[in-house]
Amino acid sequence: MNRLQEAFQQIVSYLTPDRQADRVVPPSGHTAWLTTFTAGAMTFLCVFALALSLASGRLASRWSDALARTATIRLAAPPDQMQAQTDAVLALLATTPGVATARALSDDEQRALLAPWFGPDLPVDALPLPRLIELVEGDPGYDGEGLRQRLAAEAPGAVLDDHTRWRRPLAEAAGRLRLLGWLSILLIGTTMGAMITLAANASLAANAQVIRVLRLVGAVDNYIAGAFVRRFTLRALAGAAAGALAGMICVALLPRADAAGGFLTGLGFTGFGWLLPFLLPPLAGVVAFAATQRAALQKLRELQ
Amino acid sequence: MISFENVAYNYGGGELLSEVSLRLAPGSFHFLTGPSGSGKTTFLKLAYAELLPTSGHVTLFDREVRTLSRDDIAHSRRRIGVVHQDVQFLDHLPLATNVQLPLSVSGRSSDPRDLADLLGWVGLGHLSDALPPSLSGGERQRAALARAVIMGPDVVLADEPTGNVDWEMSLRLLKLLVELNKMGKTIVVATHDLNLIRQAKSQVAARVLRISRRRVQLAGADL
Ligand SMILES: Nc1ncnc2c1ncn2[C@@H]1O[C@H](COP(=O)(O)OP(=O)(O)OP(=O)(O)O)[C@@H](O)[C@H]1O
Ligand SMILES: [Mg+2]
Repeated sequence: MNRLQEAFQQIVSYLTPDRQADRVVPPSGHTAWLTTFTAGAMTFLCVFALALSLASGRLASRWSDALARTATIRLAAPPDQMQAQTDAVLALLATTPGVATARALSDDEQRALLAPWFGPDLPVDALPLPRLIELVEGDPGYDGEGLRQRLAAEAPGAVLDDHTRWRRPLAEAAGRLRLLGWLSILLIGTTMGAMITLAANASLAANAQVIRVLRLVGAVDNYIAGAFVRRFTLRALAGAAAGALAGMICVALLPRADAAGGFLTGLGFTGFGWLLPFLLPPLAGVVAFAATQRAALQKLRELQ
Repeated sequence: MISFENVAYNYGGGELLSEVSLRLAPGSFHFLTGPSGSGKTTFLKLAYAELLPTSGHVTLFDREVRTLSRDDIAHSRRRIGVVHQDVQFLDHLPLATNVQLPLSVSGRSSDPRDLADLLGWVGLGHLSDALPPSLSGGERQRAALARAVIMGPDVVLADEPTGNVDWEMSLRLLKLLVELNKMGKTIVVATHDLNLIRQAKSQVAARVLRISRRRVQLAGADL
């Protein structure tokens, strides 16, 4: 706890503007831009990776939720036996533990379902269509295999379609996508750390004379490192803030997701999710701080 | 203050200095002479721990330099004012800021009047806003001396501090060192200028260290 507090105080004292200490390092053009730009670009990408992770997470849970709760029984039977078998299935379902409700779709509903393919005037009664029975799962759920066996015994024409066949790979894909998103964030962060380390090393090498003079007049390593670290951290913070803002604006401008929205239109932040991108700039600052601090102390030890 | 005990040093080739044993007592004033390339600058670098001896012991304020951490060395340097032979500054900052650098890196504030007095004494009062690259060689040396003494260090090590200035200015700079010595500071000046040494000897009890054939020895009264 004490060490954490110390580290925190060190960070705070490092970031407190000390004009005199900051000016000992000359303002250098290209490493400054490199750092700001890298932090900006990386944070911009991070916003999308974050949006992707959150969206695919939402998708995964929505798919498993929605699909897990309902199932359909398809009943094919000769027209004269249809009603009897339907009743048998409904009776069976009524006594099956784990089934909350079950009902046969009416002809109108079936017609509505088929309308997109065959038009509104479909003579449902005249066609040998299977009867659809929708069941809603209770909590705890029913035993799918047991239900299948009982259906086979009592209504041989009934097939239970509980969606698991195609629900599982979809949910899995969404989960994998979320993992990829998090992995991207990790990679982006590491890349940013590496780029800032390079920029810091270039700046340290370009300022070898400054470091020599400072050592000569009695500056301790932390003072010298601090001048570099503060500069790089502030640049990274500024770049990351701009990148995060730009990323959020772009995400906000994506077409709205509606209820039937597919995957692409669902990419975005919802509710508290909008707060997450605000964490990115401080995180970028921490990465820049750690990378520069490490590079500076290492370089200073080399220079003796 | 600073003592050498059987110190030897080489840069990787042959021995440059060997069997150097001496003590720079508090309040003493030494000149360091010797042919070019004999190792004067090297000796001074050993004295402020920029170089570590190849063998033997250098003791800085009662501590063996090899036992000092990097921060210890930094803190020791605050008590030693150094004028380098190749003077270096922070080229992007004005002269006045450069001269005050030892104060700012140790977190001490400076009295603007002291700074003005010091710059006036070394004849740089009118250049306090100039950037170091625009200064002449002699101006740089004077600024380096001002930077070396601004902290009121216990020891001043000056490597050819009068190499590029006229005789009149040399005397002014010498006067500054003599005054510091009278305040009890330890002074070492590496120089080729025998006139300067003679002039100093008339003002303080200065002794002359001579480097010849890799040894550092006290020279006789004849120089
Ligand atoms: N970093 C170094 N690496 C290798 N050799 C060096 C290095 N620095 C100095 N030397 C050599 O050591 C010898 C002594 O150098 P030093 O600078 O101490 O001489 P000096 O007495 O100060 O000379 P001068 O009067 O010309 O300033 C020289 O021959 C020089 O070439
Ligand atoms: Mg020399």
